[in-house]
Amino acid sequence: MTNSSDTAQSGPMLAADGTPLKKSLARSLRNQKMRALALIAPLLLFILISFIFPIASMLFRSVENTIVADILPRTVVALDDWNADGGQLPDESVYSAFVSDMVEAIEAKEHTKLGTRLNYEQTGMSSLFRKSGRQIRKLDPESDGPFKEKLIDINAEWGEIKAWSTIKAHSVRLTNGYFLNAVDMRRTPEGIKQQPENKRILVKLFWRTLAMSLIITASCIALGYPVAWILANLPMRTANLLMILVLLPFWTSLLVRTSAWKVMLQQQGVVNDVLVWLGVVADESRLVMINNQFGTIVAMTHILLPFMILPMYSVMTTIPPSYLRAAKSLGATNWTAFRRVYLPQSVPGIGAGSILVFILSIGYYITPEIVGGTKGVFISNRIAYHISYSLNWGLAAALGTILLVAVLILYWAYDKIVGIDNVKLG
Amino acid sequence: MATYRLTHVERKPVGFTLSVLAVSGAVSGFAAGTAKGFEVEGLLIGTVALALLGYACIWIVGRERENSTRLGVFVLMAMAGLISGGISGLIAGMFFGGFFQWFIYWIGEGRYRAKLAPYLTPGQVLWHYAFRVICGAIFCFLITPILVVLPLSFNAEDFFTFTPEMLRFDPEGYSLKHYRDFFTNNEWQRSFKNSLIIAPVATIISVSLGTLAAIGLSQSHVPGRRAIMAVLISPMIVPLIISATGMFFFYSTIGGFLEGAVGLGKTFVGYVKVILAHAVLGIPFVIITVTATLVGFDRSLTMAAANMGASPVTTFFRVQMPLILPGVISGGLFAFITSFDEVVVVLFVGSASQKTLPWQMFTGLREQISPTILAVATILVAISIALLTTVEMLRRRSERLRGMTPQ
Repeated sequence: MTNSSDTAQSGPMLAADGTPLKKSLARSLRNQKMRALALIAPLLLFILISFIFPIASMLFRSVENTIVADILPRTVVALDDWNADGGQLPDESVYSAFVSDMVEAIEAKEHTKLGTRLNYEQTGMSSLFRKSGRQIRKLDPESDGPFKEKLIDINAEWGEIKAWSTIKAHSVRLTNGYFLNAVDMRRTPEGIKQQPENKRILVKLFWRTLAMSLIITASCIALGYPVAWILANLPMRTANLLMILVLLPFWTSLLVRTSAWKVMLQQQGVVNDVLVWLGVVADESRLVMINNQFGTIVAMTHILLPFMILPMYSVMTTIPPSYLRAAKSLGATNWTAFRRVYLPQSVPGIGAGSILVFILSIGYYITPEIVGGTKGVFISNRIAYHISYSLNWGLAAALGTILLVAVLILYWAYDKIVGIDNVKLG
Repeated sequence: MATYRLTHVERKPVGFTLSVLAVSGAVSGFAAGTAKGFEVEGLLIGTVALALLGYACIWIVGRERENSTRLGVFVLMAMAGLISGGISGLIAGMFFGGFFQWFIYWIGEGRYRAKLAPYLTPGQVLWHYAFRVICGAIFCFLITPILVVLPLSFNAEDFFTFTPEMLRFDPEGYSLKHYRDFFTNNEWQRSFKNSLIIAPVATIISVSLGTLAAIGLSQSHVPGRRAIMAVLISPMIVPLIISATGMFFFYSTIGGFLEGAVGLGKTFVGYVKVILAHAVLGIPFVIITVTATLVGFDRSLTMAAANMGASPVTTFFRVQMPLILPGVISGGLFAFITSFDEVVVVLFVGSASQKTLPWQMFTGLREQISPTILAVATILVAISIALLTTVEMLRRRSERLRGMTPQ
């Protein structure tokens, strides 16, 4: 044999081109990795830039608080030495710094913005800034001093400790104020306090969102389980036909289904008409089923039910029906056989469906907005309100952060239990 | 109809049959009578009529002339309905007749036991059928809201409810005017056109990028696959309102840059913003469906193609693409419906000139209630039926191609 030297070779194994095999394999593995990454990179960058980064920067607004420090830079420095606990007004240096800051801010038309910002924390600040702005504009920071008396003349509130301590309390560049607001607390000069009784709505709203999502999830389980069971146990042909009844709502536009529920549930709607026709309720005492929590729960249960049925169904098709028969032939009653044999095996399906439905429902916006009225809205609707009407973006971001953290924890749990790779559609 | 029998079928005792029929007659008599306001009479008439009818069918006529008897029951009930309640009474009568001509024999001849195991106790048989009725009710819950919208969209009045004319099946009560409004009203037409521009373009972007990435993800060695997957799926997980607000701030900066520094038209930039935002939302669906298709993909096929001298690009288009095409198309349909159905993001990112169909419906539902919404809803239901059929056919085709048994 001529190539006996090959087998007897003592050095490292060589590839065809003479490089050591180990090196050659490593290179090919590296190439493979690079190729895979090159295929993924465009999309990954697209999502990172246009989705992850915008959301992260939006959420950063929940702690960002540069407005006071930017518009009143000198005042903030001057206020450093002052302490509200002493019960004394700040001295002249603060007042003169404030006037020079304000004159610049008024020229740039930023003082009302500042007033709006401080008004979130202390009612009345917005009008204080707007009203005194007109007068402060006429002052000359160089020659008109001293300002303490003049400012107090312009508006007596400048002679109160409250105004100054509010400015001082919110002059930090990173604040926990919005998060405190989001849980009905506030950052005051005297430390963290609860909001006044009539402004405590957000914690209640969080609890309501949570409770309604749980109710929706529970009713989806109650309605979805029998349907998934019957789909998994009927002959394939019938099951496929019935599956259309589940998939059609799934594919139908969300707004179509929401408007359908509006048609069904309103006072002159189909459900009320049928109940009146049957004589269950009197014509003049038609049930109020829309613009409240009931409407939201019914409509959302209907909208999210396919998301519960589909994972349950795919788990139940893998449970052999012979297990139940075996349990029964060993003497178990129907109920025992179901509880001890079938139910434990279908738990993964229940878990997957529940987490999916719960994640989707706590972030819902459209349906509660249309059928929820004032009592049936979710935290999402409050976020939308703060973004587009009250323009308190910091608070909206804080609420959004809390919601997102909740969803991500659930998502993590979903990934642990089911695995994202196992998500199936249709 | 399946013809197998698990249990011997025999005629049930008179007492059992007649009492079941009497109870069901009482319930349906009550339901029919309540419409006209004579519940008690309806209840009594239903009870007696059904008991007599059942006795006549089973014990007097018997099984020999079953078919003509069944027809007779149907006609009898339809006529009774017609006499007592006009056209809507006829419909109700036909409904009850259709049910009872079957039900009488099903109970009386014991046919309900035929497909059940012989060892079941009567309680278990009752539960078996009760369970089916419960499931039927849930299926009704699922489908009724969608079905209710369809007839209402032909309403001749500007109401969201059934008018008395509609219930009498009076042709006067029906019209196509809401459809006419949809097809002639500028606002609806413009929003429809916008949806038809935005959704397909967004779909093309998410399908092309998503398919590439899914192929990359299915390679055997991908560093940090789980993290990448989590990022790519995230648009589906993050609540829409958060995505929408994030994109709102991002795209207003980008839009300002494109309009100011690059000098593009305002409307064009508006479309670009909405399309990119929608493309992001559709991507998770493409990734999920295409990776699911690639799981069953035989890697040796690409090796064989390479072995025969095909370049990677040729291999992709001639070998891999035809095989994963069903998954790609159904992912694309998901992406399409996501964009076509999306309100929240377009509400925040878009401006009035990008108003889409769902946006128009949303404002319609919140502010001025116009029944044109129901006409639009009906059209959308038709579209979703078409999409559902396509996806279902693709799924079967894909399973056949991959040699799996049709499920």
